[in-house]
Amino acid sequence: MKKVQNRQPFIAITGFCLVVSLLLSPTLSAQDQATEPAATQEAADGGAGSPCGPGDPVKGKQLFNQNCAACHALDRKMTGPALGGVATRLTEQEGLDCEWIYAWVKNSPGVIASGDAYGNRIYGEYSQAAMTPFPTLSNQDINDILAYAEAPPPAPVAAATPAAGAPAAGTSQGISNELILGALALVFALLVMMLFLVNRTLRRIAEANGVLTEKEKAAKGVPLWKAFAQNQFLVLVTSIFLLLAGAYFAYSWMMQIGVDQGYMPVQPIHYSHKVHAGDNGIDCKYCHSSARVSKTSGIPALNVCMNCHKSIYEYKGNPEGPSAEDLAKGYTNEFYTGEIKKLYAAVGWDEQNQQYTGDSKPVEWVRIHNLPDFAYFNHAQHVSVGKIECQTCHGPVQEMEVMYQYSPLTMGWCVNCHRTTNVQMEGNAYYEKIHEELAKKYGVEKVTAAQMGGLECGKCHY
Amino acid sequence: MMKKSLVIALIGAVLGLSSCQDTKQPNYQYMPNMYEPVSYETYQKVEWMPEGTEAMLPADHTIARGKKPYRFENTPEGKELSRSMSSPLDSLAMDENLATGGELYGIYCAICHGNRGDGQGNLVKREKILGVPTYADAGRNISVGSTYHVIYYGQNAMGSYANQLNETERWQVAEYVMKLKADLTK
Repeated sequence: MKKVQNRQPFIAITGFCLVVSLLLSPTLSAQDQATEPAATQEAADGGAGSPCGPGDPVKGKQLFNQNCAACHALDRKMTGPALGGVATRLTEQEGLDCEWIYAWVKNSPGVIASGDAYGNRIYGEYSQAAMTPFPTLSNQDINDILAYAEAPPPAPVAAATPAAGAPAAGTSQGISNELILGALALVFALLVMMLFLVNRTLRRIAEANGVLTEKEKAAKGVPLWKAFAQNQFLVLVTSIFLLLAGAYFAYSWMMQIGVDQGYMPVQPIHYSHKVHAGDNGIDCKYCHSSARVSKTSGIPALNVCMNCHKSIYEYKGNPEGPSAEDLAKGYTNEFYTGEIKKLYAAVGWDEQNQQYTGDSKPVEWVRIHNLPDFAYFNHAQHVSVGKIECQTCHGPVQEMEVMYQYSPLTMGWCVNCHRTTNVQMEGNAYYEKIHEELAKKYGVEKVTAAQMGGLECGKCHY
Repeated sequence: MMKKSLVIALIGAVLGLSSCQDTKQPNYQYMPNMYEPVSYETYQKVEWMPEGTEAMLPADHTIARGKKPYRFENTPEGKELSRSMSSPLDSLAMDENLATGGELYGIYCAICHGNRGDGQGNLVKREKILGVPTYADAGRNISVGSTYHVIYYGQNAMGSYANQLNETERWQVAEYVMKLKADLTK
């Protein structure tokens, strides 16, 4: 019994390790939090006003976003010139006065028509895109906007602080979780080791006392496999079982040939349906517009992307910032911005000069949903007439970061839906009579697609 | 011993078969020549065609069947001229046109212009696109004709919607926009 004493130090060490690790974890997360408050101190107040007089940059930002931001940005050319520090630039470099700015904002076509030199030059420079007149803005409003353009209020800093805090808290939580898990694994490993040691000790005692273990007894008799082979009934049962199991696996393997459910190819541009349809709530049919009117749902041409991405040149993400899960997969804001640049390269959009270069190349999207050629499917029939939601067949696309095939698209799957789905009979005057007759024939109120002939071979195979 | 190796082999076979399914590659097909069409598929890659794809623009100086060319040019003057256009749609079917127009507006326009046309769509609220004007804006003074013109060609940051909406649908949306404007200025 001497060897058993060895157990004591093991338990003591494990307990000590566990206590130390648990003590360490809160200190780690506390260190992370300590660095945060420093960031908030950076919020400094900007100078209010412009060469044209004092203004309120906060109110100016609001007015700017409402009225100007469609065509102007502070730091880059858009439809119109960059407006950062515009009052200083115009008054000092171009020799214009504030009255000119007021007149231009309120009625730029009038200024151009009056033959103003700078007005006509800028009009020509920006390919004659006339600026909308804003007669409703007062001089004070314009001063506010100019004040914002001179020194935008440091609002982003305040907004960024909670976002920066969230991931820090998340990671520290992760560390302590890992520590606890690690400690538990250690304890488990020690327990297993102890079990082995005890087992060995007992075995030695048994050996010393001359007791034979089961294993040693069996080793002296007939080997197990020989005993098995001699029992014909057992062999028969086992071979039947193996045959059935083999048939089962062979059948289920062969049944999935040609079924592309879960197919998730890598696309040339990482387009996230989650960001577009989920976070921003863009309708499916905005991009896949031909699903309403034609057989295919259509891959949108790049000009549809540019409807929005002319203005959206970088990914700013959700107000709460990217989730830890997205960051782990590398879906950072910079990553998405890089994908937008890929779009610009493909469509030939020159960001500096805000115009198309004409040098475009098609994007080779990888087709996911592809019915075999012998099956006919029409999107318009299902989307516009049947009023079926896109998600019924394509699954929760608004949650898919990477698009994949949700449904099996097998014939059994089609037929099941045709059996259970009622035909959209309301407001369909053209088919009113046939619908009525069918309902009478089957003695039902609602006719399913199958009852209308949706199971006939020739409807889809011809 | 033999049984043990058999079990291991069986597990190995099952794992081996199931790991064949790589989600990045399409699955096997029984008879590919029945699955793949002989003719070109929509948007298929075709090396010898000018754009490298089956999808092509109509030849220059041709008019697609059922399409009418639009008479005004994409210039400030063209836009001024478009102002006086009136809708060619049947005014007796106004309700149906507005219903369809509203549905289409909800898909294509409301994301920026807002469901009520006040320039407060979801993308604006989330500060992705800024400065979308309200239809009631006095400085713009939109008419049904100029709305059609802008849907056709786009304006400033807004793109053309001529490829997503056909001629009738564009007029339906333009009429619906005028209804929104009337509601806003009420």
